Amino acid sequence: MNALARRRYSKSAPVILILALLAALTAVGFAVSGSTAEATTVSASDIEEGEKLFAANCASCHGLDAQGTEGVAPSLVGVGAAAVNFQVGTGRMPMQQSGPQVQEKRPQFNDEQIAQLAAYVASLGEGPAVPTAEMVDPALGNPAVGMEIFRTNCAMCHGSVGGGGALTQGKFAPNLWSTSNTHIYEAMLVGPQSMPVFNDANITPENKRNIIAYLDFQQQGSPGGLKLGTIGPVAEGFWGWLVGLGLIIASTIYVGARAS
Amino acid sequence: MSTDEKQHSEPATHTDGEWVDPGVPYHRPRRSDSDPKAAKRAERQVAALFGISILGTIATLVVYFVQDQTEEVASIRLVNILLGFSLGFAMLGIGIGAIHWARTLMRDHEMVEERHPMRSSDEGRAGAIQNLKDGAEDSGLTTNRRTLLKGSLITAVAIAPLAVLVPQIGSMGGNWNVSAFRHTMWTKGTRLARDPDGALIKAADVTIGSVFHVIPDGLVDLEHHKLEEKAKAVVILIRMDPRDLNIQPGREDWSFDGIIAYSKICTHVGCPVALYEQQTHHLLCPCHQSTFDVANGAKVIFGPAKRPLPQLPIAVDDEGYIFAQSDFHEPIGPSYWDRLKGTSSEPVPGSTKEGDA
Repeated sequence: MNALARRRYSKSAPVILILALLAALTAVGFAVSGSTAEATTVSASDIEEGEKLFAANCASCHGLDAQGTEGVAPSLVGVGAAAVNFQVGTGRMPMQQSGPQVQEKRPQFNDEQIAQLAAYVASLGEGPAVPTAEMVDPALGNPAVGMEIFRTNCAMCHGSVGGGGALTQGKFAPNLWSTSNTHIYEAMLVGPQSMPVFNDANITPENKRNIIAYLDFQQQGSPGGLKLGTIGPVAEGFWGWLVGLGLIIASTIYVGARAS
Repeated sequence: MSTDEKQHSEPATHTDGEWVDPGVPYHRPRRSDSDPKAAKRAERQVAALFGISILGTIATLVVYFVQDQTEEVASIRLVNILLGFSLGFAMLGIGIGAIHWARTLMRDHEMVEERHPMRSSDEGRAGAIQNLKDGAEDSGLTTNRRTLLKGSLITAVAIAPLAVLVPQIGSMGGNWNVSAFRHTMWTKGTRLARDPDGALIKAADVTIGSVFHVIPDGLVDLEHHKLEEKAKAVVILIRMDPRDLNIQPGREDWSFDGIIAYSKICTHVGCPVALYEQQTHHLLCPCHQSTFDVANGAKVIFGPAKRPLPQLPIAVDDEGYIFAQSDFHEPIGPSYWDRLKGTSSEPVPGSTKEGDA
């Protein structure tokens, strides 16, 4: 019996078991942190402060209970902290004037107030959370993979390198170079205004980070030549016809004119 | 022939006609003609321009050999800018120098080219016709002589173009089967996969407001004609609030709980239509601004496209994956000859044939 036991239980078994347990715990930890990570921990006082801010600044359109007003403003139940952080953090909300599209402006609240507002709205119903710094770190992403995803899902509106472009009836896709990484991530997650939603099943969190890495890569600029805003063939055609042809005509006149 | 040194001539003085010949404009001497200093200065300018070109060429070579280019964008940009400027100066210096030389230092005389009548003299015309007649007579083409020579010549000339045409046409690609346009990779039961990685799509993953860019399952594993098949089969998969979606008559079971799939190839000239506005449910083609209303059978509401985007009938299987019920019920993309040939036996439901020319 003793001999059998010695044969069956290898000396390294406890070590392997402990390592396996650690690995499993790490995996679970990653999975949990990946799906429900909050950038900051939320306290009850944050929610309370957020509710006050909401009542003072947002409730006139979205309603005191954030249920929305028909034809004026949507319900905010279940939009999540990510939507609040994007809309208020980029200055789009509170909205200054109506138009084809709500425009970006200087944020009206500081980071703490935005976090409190987000905490309050998140407490109304489950929604996408604000991504952690690690989830939006371009250094951890692969720009080449990001380019492939960007080309398929984003480039038709935002341009091949994120320069932005026109939509219908005064709407437009903004350029993405000055947008913060967190806001880019949140925009994909919640689909603000005309933009469709790209949930984690469509573009995985890893690929969202790859897209951010691709856009970050564009900060290095163009490898040469005038970019003309990289908004596509209209700007380039304008320059080709007006400036290019103009130069050709000017030089023909110079060649043909008599010297003094 | 050009006549040199034709000086300012007096205008014709007849006044009975309507048009008066204004003559050649008055000759105005250039400064470099009268002032030797100005001529010297112009010479130096031309030499300087050629000198710029020489420096530009040297600079191009120096940049090419000296400036290291790494993978960094900044380094590529620096090399491109340096090469571009030096090469630009090398070429512009020669061009501007040559023009400046011609304008300031070369002889300054008006050149007049007299215009002659196009018609040849009557003797010349008669002679040419006589030559042709004599040649035809001599060869016997107009008589019954030399039939063997005539026959072989005509045959040789007639078939010679084949030597050029057959290889040309043959290398244009073997596929002359127009009916290939009528079918795509989609068949009954093909699952919808994500572009570009080919991951399968579950209905539960497509949340409201989502857009998936879709290829048929199996496309990424194709060894041949992958791009051709992709160009025909790409689909845009959208989920909207089912209350917003007006399902077209005859297509009641083509969508699933607000999930709807349309061909991504514009019916105008075949650009990928992919600019989806989530709030208006409009799908915009970036090429010519054709706009399709996805909530109403993808009908055209703006732009040059003539008919709605073809809809792909979809359903959801037991495992939750979205699959195609069949291929598109009409050819995708822009119009071509015989487009609806063979589809008339299978009536296309809804308004798909509206506006077909």
